Formats: sequence, structure tokens, C-alpha cells
Amino acid sequence: MIKGNIHSIQSLGTVDGPGIRFVVFLQGCNLRCGCCHNPDTWRFDGGTQYTPQEIVDKAVRYKEYFGETGGITLSGGEPLLQAEFAYEVFNLCHQNGINTCLDTSGSILNDTVKKLLTVTDRVLLDIKYTNDEQYRKYVGCEMNEPIEFLDYLQSQKIPTTIRQVIIPTLTDSKDNVKELKKIADNATVVDKIELLPFRKICQTKYDNMGINFKFGHLPEPDADTMKQLNKLI
Amino acid sequence: MTHENWNGFKGGVWQDEINVRDFIQQNYTEYTGDDSFLADATERTTALMKKVQALFALERQFGGVLDIDTATVSSLTTFSPGYIDKDNEIIVGMQTNRPLKRGVSPFGGIRMARQACEAYGYKLSETIEDEFKFRTTHNEGVFRAYTDEMRLARRCHVITGLPDAYGRGRIIGDYRRVALYGVDKLIEEKKKDKAAMAEKPFVAENIKINGELFKQISFLGKLKEMANMYGFDISGPARDSREAVQWTYFAYLAAIKEQNGAAMSLGRVATFFDIYMERDIKNGTLTEQGAQELFDDFVIKLRIARHLRTPEYNELFGGDPMWITEAVGGMGEDGRTLVSKSSFRVLNTLYTLGSSPEPNLTVLWSKDLPEGFKKFCAKVSKDTDSIQYENDDIMRPIYGDDYAIACCVSAMKLGKQMQFFGARCNLAKLLNIALNGGYDAMSNIHIGPQMEPISGDKLDFDTVMERYDIYIQWLSQLYVKTMNVIHYMHDEYCYEKVQMALHDTEVERLMAFGIAGLSVVADSLSAIKFGCVKPIRNDEGFIVDYETTGEFPKFGNDDDRVDSLAQDMTHRFIEALRKTETYRNAVHTLSVLTITSNVMYGKNTGATPDGRKSGEPFAPGANPMHNREENGALASLNSVAKISYDDCRDGVSNTFSITPEALGKTDDERVNNLVGILDGYFAKKAHHINVNVLNRETLLDAYENPEKYPNLTIRVSGYAVNFNKLSREHQREVISRTFHTVL
Repeated sequence: MIKGNIHSIQSLGTVDGPGIRFVVFLQGCNLRCGCCHNPDTWRFDGGTQYTPQEIVDKAVRYKEYFGETGGITLSGGEPLLQAEFAYEVFNLCHQNGINTCLDTSGSILNDTVKKLLTVTDRVLLDIKYTNDEQYRKYVGCEMNEPIEFLDYLQSQKIPTTIRQVIIPTLTDSKDNVKELKKIADNATVVDKIELLPFRKICQTKYDNMGINFKFGHLPEPDADTMKQLNKLI
Repeated sequence: MTHENWNGFKGGVWQDEINVRDFIQQNYTEYTGDDSFLADATERTTALMKKVQALFALERQFGGVLDIDTATVSSLTTFSPGYIDKDNEIIVGMQTNRPLKRGVSPFGGIRMARQACEAYGYKLSETIEDEFKFRTTHNEGVFRAYTDEMRLARRCHVITGLPDAYGRGRIIGDYRRVALYGVDKLIEEKKKDKAAMAEKPFVAENIKINGELFKQISFLGKLKEMANMYGFDISGPARDSREAVQWTYFAYLAAIKEQNGAAMSLGRVATFFDIYMERDIKNGTLTEQGAQELFDDFVIKLRIARHLRTPEYNELFGGDPMWITEAVGGMGEDGRTLVSKSSFRVLNTLYTLGSSPEPNLTVLWSKDLPEGFKKFCAKVSKDTDSIQYENDDIMRPIYGDDYAIACCVSAMKLGKQMQFFGARCNLAKLLNIALNGGYDAMSNIHIGPQMEPISGDKLDFDTVMERYDIYIQWLSQLYVKTMNVIHYMHDEYCYEKVQMALHDTEVERLMAFGIAGLSVVADSLSAIKFGCVKPIRNDEGFIVDYETTGEFPKFGNDDDRVDSLAQDMTHRFIEALRKTETYRNAVHTLSVLTITSNVMYGKNTGATPDGRKSGEPFAPGANPMHNREENGALASLNSVAKISYDDCRDGVSNTFSITPEALGKTDDERVNNLVGILDGYFAKKAHHINVNVLNRETLLDAYENPEKYPNLTIRVSGYAVNFNKLSREHQREVISRTFHTVL
């Protein structure tokens, strides 16, 4: 039986997908985003091993809270790196009547990932920047990877939320958000854009791990900036 | 029987017998809409509330007690009428002749009255001292009958907070009866009951009932007299909504003038009032604004209610609470909701008058409540942190649809059941006493069965459980016997004349026992079972500390391995209690509720095997120990939900604090998610939850700068408090609690 490598579980998630969600953070990430708030999920080892059944057995205990909108969210790390495991989890969730949501950077699209998307009810897709230069510099992949991923979601008609972290000096311009909106408008499956304010509460995680927080020197965006930018979407 | 003041009401058996429930069922109008109909505070209300706020500020400046009348024993007619602003009050009546002035009530115990006066710089008058030289108080009665072992159990704090020196409270008169029937009809019915007693065998219990009926009838007369002093004749039924509210309030007021009980709850009045309001609105004699004003004025009266208490009492029940608990909402047995427009109006007072701990607004939650009401409740919680929720779907099958909540979590059928309140015993201390073979190292007292302290380097689970059970059995019988003494004497020397007059004569009695330290014990047993616990002994061979190593599951993570230990503990304890006969054949019930005494219990308890240090506070009620929850809020809720309400019929209290951000990004999301949490938690058959939506930073700031937060209200344990009224120690404990946050 395939096992997943899990970083942690949050039984009450209200910010990663619609409604109340049981959020499973998978261990391991292929990217190194400067704004990452979960550096402790980067490494591939060090998590706890669970079978898909074990994860779903846990999730089922919260079914009463999910109502009509909530369910499970796989986040990370990058869940696409454990796509086979994620597929098994979502498949079992569907058998148990639990809505499935995938939180991803969309930088991998192979046959296993495509299989995973057949049992995915919603994708939270990070579009981290709106140009290839920043993508290469601050993420470590090419811009066309998440865009191709979005095209695939469009072809499969999978409801999608696009998310971007608003980082002062990097993504907090109106032009950037307008560009993001353009990307979203090109795909009819996108029914929601979420702008997430850059937060530095994770600084202690970096300190504890003894590694550098790349964007630690940048400020958090103020409430007014967020308000103005949110008007554009 | 008919009455002109009942015109327009649909008839039923309520006309032929005292039956408020039937009146409600025949006449109420359910409301399934949203909060858009509500009216704001009027100028009159705002001006009156401003006066009250000024009085509250003055009371704070005076150290928490504005004034005491040390020469008058508080009762129904001993004070001349008092007002806040006579011409602008719609509902009148005050405990003493001036707002926030406290009366003395020595019948529970003259020592407590004396000490309370002295704590605030007053002296109980010679007249009262002299008079009570020739009277027996409840407190004196109890100590005459206490055994040596009972005194010892009290002294070493294994059973504490017992109502042996103060009024027991937890009795809810059906105050609505006065409005619906008028006092004359109630007297007539009680006289009939008394006459019928003549046919019964005159054994002790029946003679007792006969004597009690005499007192009830006499005090119903005094109730009329009290209302007369305010210019009202309440001998007949109320004529309109204003009278319905006023009559009901008079009945409640009489109860709190007569008794200084620990929790003096109101019952379930909103939908009852709504019937009169609907009739008046239909007749064109009342507007929505007028209806809201009636609620506002009534609630202002409840907010200025006060009792005189000692600092020791405040250590158990911090924040000067009255527990004027009003049960709101719920479903009817016929499937209609009992939510009316007035259910909204009473919650709306938290906006019209600002947030406040009293009255203790308690929403009876059901999955079937109308969505509009669910959302309004969640919004009020998010905005005010002033309401609590209890599971109507698990209580209704037991108590029907006309029950209310006494104090925090104690359900009882209105007018048909009463409770003998029993505070709680300390399960964590009991575990230490058991391991030491009947010795409490904290107080240096030998108590209970005497045997050798448990031996060996490492504690073995089965050996510990076998030993623990011996002490659970011992403490249970002692606890029941102690309670029997207390309530025998309370009935004898401090009988609740008004409140019991507003009950059926044949009343069912519940005897409410309680436990503190449940999560400490569950984690301790888990550490012994799954980890490694080595006892550390002193020179005499008694265990004074533990060295705990290894991983072990902790309560609050939805892990059945440890949650089942908590479940087993409540089951074991109630079963043990049931083995001992109760006074007046009361039904044994059990609660997992600490009020704020979790701090005091912790202070008196040595180190425990879970790693808790000596003197550290327990978690309140049934809460997991702070910051041991590793899987988020719902896992914590699921653990508490597993504690069986069948074992704990007197309630399972859980206090839940979450930051606004952790509830969602927008206001709408936060409201919907809170509704989802409540629906899910109660579908899991949980009993109770206090909801606080706030940041720890707010409390830290209020701790340092109290003047910035004069009205900061938070839910602590089955009730709400003004944060500033808590002791520094209680404030620190509240701040240290788990706040569920966004990762």
C-alpha cells in the first residue's frame, strides 16, 4: 500500500478552500519561493507516514462540520509530488462523500497528476508572479508551467481559485494584479481570485531551522493596499 | 377559567391548570427570517444606559462594590422602592432602594455576610448580629451535622466550593407564571395542594412539604405586597406586554431579594414575552421599537442585579457573576422552532446596550434552527463574545421543550424540576491521594482508606487503576453524604420560598455532583499507560513529584486512546455516586464544569503524572489542557464531544477561543464557518460551548491597560465576565489558554 509523507494536519482550516476544511500538509517541495511560509515542509524526509485510508479515516471524523461547502484540502509542500498517494486519498474521499480540494503551485503535469485531477473537485492554483523573469528568479520554475496547468484545468472543467501572495515591491502593483486578472479571465473555470497578504510570522520557523528567509527584509503590505488591489479583481 | 386579559389568546389546558408550556405552544409565532426587522436603541434607552454606565464606573472606582446596606436584611419588602431614573424607566424594581447598593442576606451564613461586609470596609450592623444570635443559619446547621471526615475532605480541598456557607442557588422559579396567571391564582392552587396534604400519611417528608407550602403561600403574599410598593397590583394576569415583562421581572426580583444563591437564573422568557408582543403589535398598541425598548429596559435591570459575596467566593466564581441565565431558541417537540422575533430581540440587547456578561444568554442550538437565527447568533458571538451554546437536540428528548438552564450548563424542566447544587471534587488530587495510600502531600492530611503508598520505580497502569478505583468509590459515598447534609440544612434554614412557590408542589429533585481536573487525569493516565512515569518520593516515602518521559496521546487531539480514558472516568464516577442514597430521593447527576475554580483547584494540587507542575491551574471544565492540542480546533472539539451526556446530565462545559482570522477571511465567511463549527460539534453530541472570537493581544493589552477596555466581555466557563472584574491570577490563566489560530 502506498504511503504518504505528511508534515502535519490541521482539523480546522478556513482559509484553504471553501467552507470548513480538514487540511493535510504534505511533506516535500520542488520549489523554493522567497515568500514561503512553510519552509519546514521543503525537505522530502522528516514527515509522518500515513496510508490513504488512515488519512481518510481521520477526515471522516470531521464530516459533520463540512456542511455543503467544506471538505478536505491537500496542501504542502507540493502535493503533486505525491500524486499517486493524493489520488488514493481523494478517491477514498469521494467514496465517503467528502469534497476534495488541491492546493498547488501547478509546476508538474504528468499522467499521475492528470489521474489525480479526475478526483479533484477544486484546485487552489498559485500564480506566484505574472512574468517569467520573476518566476525564474524567485520560484525556480518557468511561468509557462502553471499556465499550462491552468489550461489543463480549463480543458477538464475543474473549478479553480487563483491565489497570489501580495509582496511589497514585487507583486503589489496595480499592473501586476490587472495582469493576474487577465490570466484568470482567460480560463472560465476560475471563479475566484484570492490576494493573500505577505506575512512574516514564519520568520521564527526560518530562525529555528537556521536558514535564511529570503524575503525577510521586505515589509508586510498594509490593509489599505490590500483593499485597493482587491478592488481590481 | 377565562380572564379578560387573556382575550385574543388561544385556549387550552393552560386555562384549567398551571401550564405555561401549553400556553406557549398554543399561542406563539415562530420566526424563521433574519435579523433585518430589528430596531436600534431609542434615545431614551441610550440616555438611561449612559446613567447605568456611569454607575458601573463608580462601582469599579469603589473596588467593585458601590455600597452596602449593613442594617437591613434583604427580603421582598424590606427596602423602599428604588429607581435609576424613575420617569424614564419602563420596567421598574430594584433589589434595594438604590441601584448597585447591595443588601445582606445572612440566612445562608452570618459569617459570610459579616466577612463580605468587612472585605469592602463595612461592618454588619449590631441589630443584625444580635438578631442572628437567636437564629440558626444554613451554615451553622451544616457544621452541626458534618462528620470529621467531611470536614477533613473540605480542608484538604478534595471536595471544595460546596454551598455549605452560602446560598446554593441553581433553582429557577417559573417566573412567567406570575404574568400569565397573576399571584392570586397561584396562591389558590398552592392552598389546594396544602389542603390535599391532609389526606396523606403524616410522615417526615409530608410534614416537611406541608411546612414548605405554608412558607410558599406566605411569600406569594409578600410578592404582591412588594409589587404594590412600586404601584402595581399583580394579583391578576398581565394585560399587555409591558405588564407581562414587569410581572415576570417582579417575580425574579423577589427571588434575588430573598436569596443570595450562587446562580440565580431567569429561565426561558423571550418567546413567552413574544406572545404578548405579537398581540400588542397586532392591536396597534406596540411597535418594533417599543418591543425592543421593553427588552432593553428589562435587561438593564438584570445587568444591575448584584449580590454581596466574599473574596473567597470570588476565587471560586470570579467576576462577580449572578448567572441570570436565559435560554434562547431551541426547537419544539412538534418540530416547529421555538425561535420567535423576541429570541432575536433579547440577543439584540448586546448591540442596543453594548456587550455584557449578564444576563447569561444561552442559545439552545439544534441542527433544525432556522438559518437566519443561526447566522445571527454567530454574528453576535463574533462581535460580542457574550453568548454560549448548548445542544437542544440532546437535551430536548430528556427535558422536553420547556426546560431552561440554571447557572452554566444545568438543564431542568421549568417549574417541575429543581437542583441541589454540589460544586465539585478534585479528581486529580484524588489520584495523588490514591497513589500515596490515603495521604495528601499538599495539605499533609491523611484521609480515606489507609494503605501503603504505591511502590516501584515505574507506575503500572493496571495497578494504578485498581488503586484509583478504591478511592473513587470511597470519595463518591462521602461526597453524596456530605451533599445530603448540606441540602437538608438548606431546606431547613434557607428555603427558597418564592422560587419554590413558582414550582409545582410535586417537584423532581436533581442532585448535581461535579468533577474538576478531568483532562489532567486523562493525560496522567495516558502518560502512565503509553509513556513512562517514575514517581519521585520524599524521605517519608510519599510521592511528591513525577518524572514523565516518552510520547503519549493527550486529550484534545481526537485520539481515542486517551479520550476513552476521559470517557471511562466520567462513567466510573457517576456509577460510583449512584451507589449512595440521596436526600429526598434526588436523581444523581454529574457535571464537568469548573467555573473559574480551575485556578484554585490547580493551586491546591501537587504535580501530576501528565507533567503538570505543582500549583499550575487545571484547564477549565472539560477543556483539554492548554496548548496540548496539536491537530487544531476541530480535533479538540471532537475530544470533548466524546464525553457522554448520559453520564454527565448536569453538563459538560467547553470554552473555545479562536482568532477572527482563523474563522475565515471575510465577515460572511466567519459567520458561516462558525455556524458550521457549531452544527458539526453538536451533531457529534457535544453538550456545551462558550465561543470567544478574539486575539490574545487584545487580552494582553486589557491586562496592562484596563481603562481602555471598560466593557470587554469574554466567556470563561459556562458564563461570561467583564475581563476587568477577574483577579490578576484569573486574567493570566485566561490569557494562557489555547487560542486557535491560522498556521
